Amino acid sequence: MVVELQHVSIRYMVGDFKDIGLKDYIIRKLKGTFTVNEFLAVDDVTFSLEKGDLLGIVGTNGAGKSTLLKAITGIMRPTEGYVKVTGNIAAFLELASGFDGDLTVRENTYLRGAMLGYTHEFMDEMYEEIIAFSELEEFQDRPFKHLSSGMKSRIAFSIACLVNPDILILDEVLSVGDGAFRKKSEAKMKEIIGQGATTILVSHSLEQVRNMCNKVLWLDKGKQIAFGEAKEVCDQYQRYISKK
Amino acid sequence: MIEKLKKYKFLFEELVKRDFKKKYKRTVLGMLWSLLSPLLTLAVMSLVFTNLFGRTTVHYTIYLFAGNIVFAYFREATYTGMSSLVANASIFTKVNVPKYIFLLSQNVSSFINFCLTLLIFFLFAAFDGVAFTWKFILLIYPIACLVIFNLGIGLILSALFVFYKDTQYLYDIFIMLLMYLSAIFYKVDTFSMTAQQLFMLNPIYVYITYFRSIVLDSAIPSLSIQILCVVYALAAILLGGWIYKKYNYKFLYYL
Repeated sequence: MVVELQHVSIRYMVGDFKDIGLKDYIIRKLKGTFTVNEFLAVDDVTFSLEKGDLLGIVGTNGAGKSTLLKAITGIMRPTEGYVKVTGNIAAFLELASGFDGDLTVRENTYLRGAMLGYTHEFMDEMYEEIIAFSELEEFQDRPFKHLSSGMKSRIAFSIACLVNPDILILDEVLSVGDGAFRKKSEAKMKEIIGQGATTILVSHSLEQVRNMCNKVLWLDKGKQIAFGEAKEVCDQYQRYISKK
Repeated sequence: MIEKLKKYKFLFEELVKRDFKKKYKRTVLGMLWSLLSPLLTLAVMSLVFTNLFGRTTVHYTIYLFAGNIVFAYFREATYTGMSSLVANASIFTKVNVPKYIFLLSQNVSSFINFCLTLLIFFLFAAFDGVAFTWKFILLIYPIACLVIFNLGIGLILSALFVFYKDTQYLYDIFIMLLMYLSAIFYKVDTFSMTAQQLFMLNPIYVYITYFRSIVLDSAIPSLSIQILCVVYALAAILLGGWIYKKYNYKFLYYL
């Protein structure tokens, strides 16, 4: 098994502690109005993926999809249960975020590669291919902030995919970009999966999940509603959505 | 540990490059400016204070300069270090990288800046007729301690800044008080013995004293100063490291 989750629960904190100063903190503590709420963003999720699986995660907003991905990538630690991952994860959640607007496209590409744990030599080798795939050759030495949002996600997707990870996590990236690029990126993903990588895809497009994934996990308010073959779970989910 | 260092070497290099480019905006003038600003501070201070305190002190400008470079390095490293977590939140909440790496890369540019001002300091010292002795090599020791101390304070401040957004303002006040307590432009020998002892509670004062003792008196500081240097550095880095370890997975909730 490449990815294994056993009874994973993650407690999330929200409340007054955010964006306050020491002064506010003391005042609220003294007044007794300081509140922190905890809730289970992910509640008892268990599944496993084999090599070559493409998992789609579906669910409405606030279902816990992002939090679950954070646990898989190791950014968060599960409150209960455990996550076991074998192999190299190339995951930058919300792919198009975290770039530096003042640096050039080239510099950002290298920086992103470094964050994903690759070496300098490897990035030298891959750079031309990445930039060619994203079709941004003319923009290489322009500041990143000059790119359109479609271009940003193109380069983000290209870096994530072309570096050949064992486990690839794509968080809401295929919904952007024009039609032509979307086709190309879907083809690229199929190629990666063909090479035996394990992929996790979070998408709001049920159509896309149905077309590409072989397994689907459906989350609702943190709870695991269903996990299984793509067709079955998608049908269930569709019925649920149309009933609402 | 070695494995980890190897793994994140490239990321560290890229972050250092990024911080450098952003700091100096890719201009030579940007770099020059960061050298010029301590010199200007020194010029103003020596203009103002030479009349007040300088008459009785030999090499007063060098005395002043020694205090200034140490304090300026501490201030810059900790100030920029403070925002290293908040400013990089969009990165470490999205990808799994060690969080202290942002502070380390920030500190590199502060340190390079310090080294450059240090060179200018030695030039000034030479002009002023300060005798250079082999003891200057010993300066490596307080510098190493200061680097570690600054890193430690940077760790503590960057964590506090995540939790409390007014850390910056409180630190502003703190650092101003600290400057007056660091004997940068005055001498402590007019104070009582007890008061002079109390100055030793201020780590920055200890590091400045080490510098002055070597450069101005070409004397090796006492054992107590030697020990204080390393104790302060270790205390800061251990406390900072402990906070990072404890809150490693909690920073996320505050950003």
